[in-house]
Amino acid sequence: MHDDPDHHHHHDNRFSDMQARVKALETVLTEKGLIDPAAIDAIVEAYETQIGPRNGAHVVARAWSDPAFAEWLKSDATAAIASLGYTGRQGEHMRAVFNTHTTHNLVVCTLCSCYPWSVLGLPPVWYKAPAYRSRAVIDPRGVLAEFGLTLPAEKKIRVWDSTAELRYLVIPERPEGTEGLSEQQLAGLVSRDAMIGTAVASAPGAAA
Amino acid sequence: MNGPHDLGGQMGFGPVAAEKDEPYFHAEWEKRALGLTLSCGAFGAWTIDESRHARENIPPADYLSASYYEIWIRALEVLLDRHGFTTAAEIDVGHKQMIAAVPKRILKADMVASVLARGGACDRPVEAAARFAVGEKVRTKNFNPETHTRLPRYARARIGVVEAVQGSFVFPDDNAHGKGENPQWVYTVVFDGREIWGVGADPSLTVSIDAWESYLEPL
Repeated sequence: MHDDPDHHHHHDNRFSDMQARVKALETVLTEKGLIDPAAIDAIVEAYETQIGPRNGAHVVARAWSDPAFAEWLKSDATAAIASLGYTGRQGEHMRAVFNTHTTHNLVVCTLCSCYPWSVLGLPPVWYKAPAYRSRAVIDPRGVLAEFGLTLPAEKKIRVWDSTAELRYLVIPERPEGTEGLSEQQLAGLVSRDAMIGTAVASAPGAAA
Repeated sequence: MNGPHDLGGQMGFGPVAAEKDEPYFHAEWEKRALGLTLSCGAFGAWTIDESRHARENIPPADYLSASYYEIWIRALEVLLDRHGFTTAAEIDVGHKQMIAAVPKRILKADMVASVLARGGACDRPVEAAARFAVGEKVRTKNFNPETHTRLPRYARARIGVVEAVQGSFVFPDDNAHGKGENPQWVYTVVFDGREIWGVGADPSLTVSIDAWESYLEPL
């Protein structure tokens, strides 16, 4: 069995040079006319320049500024988010979960890497890696401390494991002292991590 | 399946390695891996559930030592071979050796924006009424299929409360194996941390999963 070159075991050296392996795969698929390399360029460009956490920050800032929009987000997040132009892949079925004075929300996918691409873009490496996926559901306070976030002991923690096709966006609490800020200024206080739940929104004057 | 992917509650992986100002990609090949995975998904030859199962089937030592884009590429090679598009030998050589199956569609550059904006909704109507109601106590089933499932091990045989009826969706346990979409109601079920983790659990913790109806039993 171990002499079989096709047997995938952990000494499989076909994946030791990913640059070469992926290049070979793209070459074979291109030679067969199955893929368009320019489509790959277009996908990469979309996620590098258009589909990222600024989308989600826009949603959060609107929710902070417009109570009717916040209510719409609570009742039909997919439609509310679509009204701002954010739709599609890995955002087909959105749910917004609101942090409150008493509850902090944290999102994980323990089984793979489910993540709301339409509003946050591509997930960071740590979100897809075993340390976060294993511990977020059993030791969320320990995980949050590693992100520099220590919550009061009395604050409840709600972890959302994205086991189906619903994708979760955390709406952080609006920081104090932001009454006069524009929607655009508010969006600047909302980091990607604040919308996963591993951070809170920044105070005005601090970098998001 | 009880594969290496089912990580909730496992220990020993160390601290979360968050990277300050993390770039979207850490190597050029990761960009190609993303684009290839989406382009080949557009063939329409397999479902997202089948692709997830292909990733879960990577041997545990490989899975746990691979980056996520490597996991995608390893699974993609399996899917391309299974459905007649490429062979491992071709990729070893780096050139076409055999005629490929015919995909339902080929993703061209001018289609990308609309395909990404449309996505692939997987809610489907069902005729039966939802079996469980908001506020109802339920117990998750205890099962250990060798096939695909989205009920994590840590949440099996646990008592929780239905918090929301989320709609009816394609059932991945069947769809991953070519048995049809067979949609079912999906519920958000919330568990007290102590119900899942027992002695020593954080008393302020609740954890929810999204569970298909057949994962649940009435109490």
